[in-house]
Amino acid sequence: MVLRMAERTKKQRSTTSRDPEHTTESETSVKSEDAERLKSELDDLLDDIDEVLETNAEDFVKSYVQKGGQ
Amino acid sequence: MAIPKVCGVETEYGIVVRNADLNAVTASSLLINAFLGRSETRTPWDFFDEQPGNDARGLLLGEIRPPEVETHLVNTVLTNGARYYVDHAHPECSTPECRTTREVVLYDRAAEEIMRQSMDKARALLPIDAEVVVYKNNSDGKGNSYGCHENFLVDRAVPFGRLVSQITPHFVTRQVFAGAGKVGCESPGSVPSDVAFQLSQRADFFEEEVGLETTLKRPIVNTRDEPHCDPSKYRRLHVIVGDANMSEVATYLKVGTTAIVLSMIEDDAVGDDLVLAHPVTAIRQVSNDPGLQATVAMGNGKRMTAMEIQWQLLDRARTWADRFGLDSVTVDDGKRILEEWESVLTGLERDPLSVADVVDWVAKKRLVDGFAQRHSLPPTDVRLKAIDLQYSDMRPDRSLSLRCGLRTLVDREDVALAVHQPPESTRAYFRGTCLERFASEIVAANWDSIVFDVGRDPLRRVPMMEPLRGTKSMTQHLFESSTSAADLIARLGDNGAT
Repeated sequence: MVLRMAERTKKQRSTTSRDPEHTTESETSVKSEDAERLKSELDDLLDDIDEVLETNAEDFVKSYVQKGGQ
Repeated sequence: MAIPKVCGVETEYGIVVRNADLNAVTASSLLINAFLGRSETRTPWDFFDEQPGNDARGLLLGEIRPPEVETHLVNTVLTNGARYYVDHAHPECSTPECRTTREVVLYDRAAEEIMRQSMDKARALLPIDAEVVVYKNNSDGKGNSYGCHENFLVDRAVPFGRLVSQITPHFVTRQVFAGAGKVGCESPGSVPSDVAFQLSQRADFFEEEVGLETTLKRPIVNTRDEPHCDPSKYRRLHVIVGDANMSEVATYLKVGTTAIVLSMIEDDAVGDDLVLAHPVTAIRQVSNDPGLQATVAMGNGKRMTAMEIQWQLLDRARTWADRFGLDSVTVDDGKRILEEWESVLTGLERDPLSVADVVDWVAKKRLVDGFAQRHSLPPTDVRLKAIDLQYSDMRPDRSLSLRCGLRTLVDREDVALAVHQPPESTRAYFRGTCLERFASEIVAANWDSIVFDVGRDPLRRVPMMEPLRGTKSMTQHLFESSTSAADLIARLGDNGAT
């Protein structure tokens, strides 16, 4: 039973990921809204990184030397 | 039937000293001493049964150098049952033994909190502007690696050769969801720019399929045979191939799926058709391919992608769960692990960015790619490597992983409690509660025993050879009715509580 569910899920996966022509208009608009939201989130995140990233990245990376461990 | 998968993780943290003249060993000691505070409450580690030179394959001839045991460095046991110590010039914290994967996540987070408190307390002891900073990663980008090891209780009756061949495909391919991501490449003979971004921190450092080493020529399956419990019944599989994760769900998946696959091997439910032809080559092929399309050579002459191997393992895990049940990983946790496993594979296949809230390498790559695009940087720009390192910075005001929306599994309040309180369902409860109640009467402790000095000769060693004894339900009444360590030892008698 559980295995059959897994097989069914796999079929659903292949429908969504491998048949782009089956995508409906509403799905496309949801996708573009999602993409907009994700892009705006990433922009905020990158603003944040610009602020907190080590100011002298070159020195930081160069001096980050560790003794080997396990 | 698969035995309960008692498990835990041990993490070596990267360490950086700013504006003070301290070497890494001294700085690691400072962190631990600062965390511990007053010296009279410290319990040193007991090295009585440390035998890291024992090899699970039996007696081997040839040149094998057993790992060193560094008995002279700071090494202590905490009231939550964890071990906090200096190892190879790194601060390291091992979680207590846990019965569920969710508990492992909780105590891994507690270890991070211990690191943060250590940094804060050490800062107060240093000159203004000086600080010691720790990083939860596994490589410095210059060819030096340090580990995040997992440990699982395994039935000794399972032939070790089968264990090695059947767990290796999982160790090679689980990095698709458990990899912490790395900018650049450090494999022997390469230069960093050979690979712009790869899935794993650690894959570059594995040179053997199986072996005893942990610091040189690292093997995908480590054969250290040091069970820290009854050696006639159990093994402790010491897994050195994984990355340290910042994502709680990634830690959950890394430990949970491995506990399930080990249970399946115990029940002989994996099969040999997923055995890899060249595991060392394969682990790098998978790591070097964020597109998840690379195929690896199978022992039967076919080729498969890492994703195909993972889907196969998940399907077989569901069949196994149907037939044998999920008791070895506990039913609630087991169901959740299977759901998260399917969900992450589905997401990775559809669009890796859809699991940027779960998979560390995806979250990190999103930052690296976004930053490169915004500032028009080439893949070799040093700022991209800085993002890689700072992703795992343990300071909340600097950590990038804390900013990128990773989904959490455990509550902050529970983490705060887990810094001090042991899990209730393993012998860690007995160890931690003894330390909480009777620290001044304990000479030393380790995973499988506690040595008491109750004021009369000789010292009393209380063995704890069964990881699932010494639990809260077995010992709480003894603690409640004991007013001293001598009292507790008398009541323990032969009742089998530990």
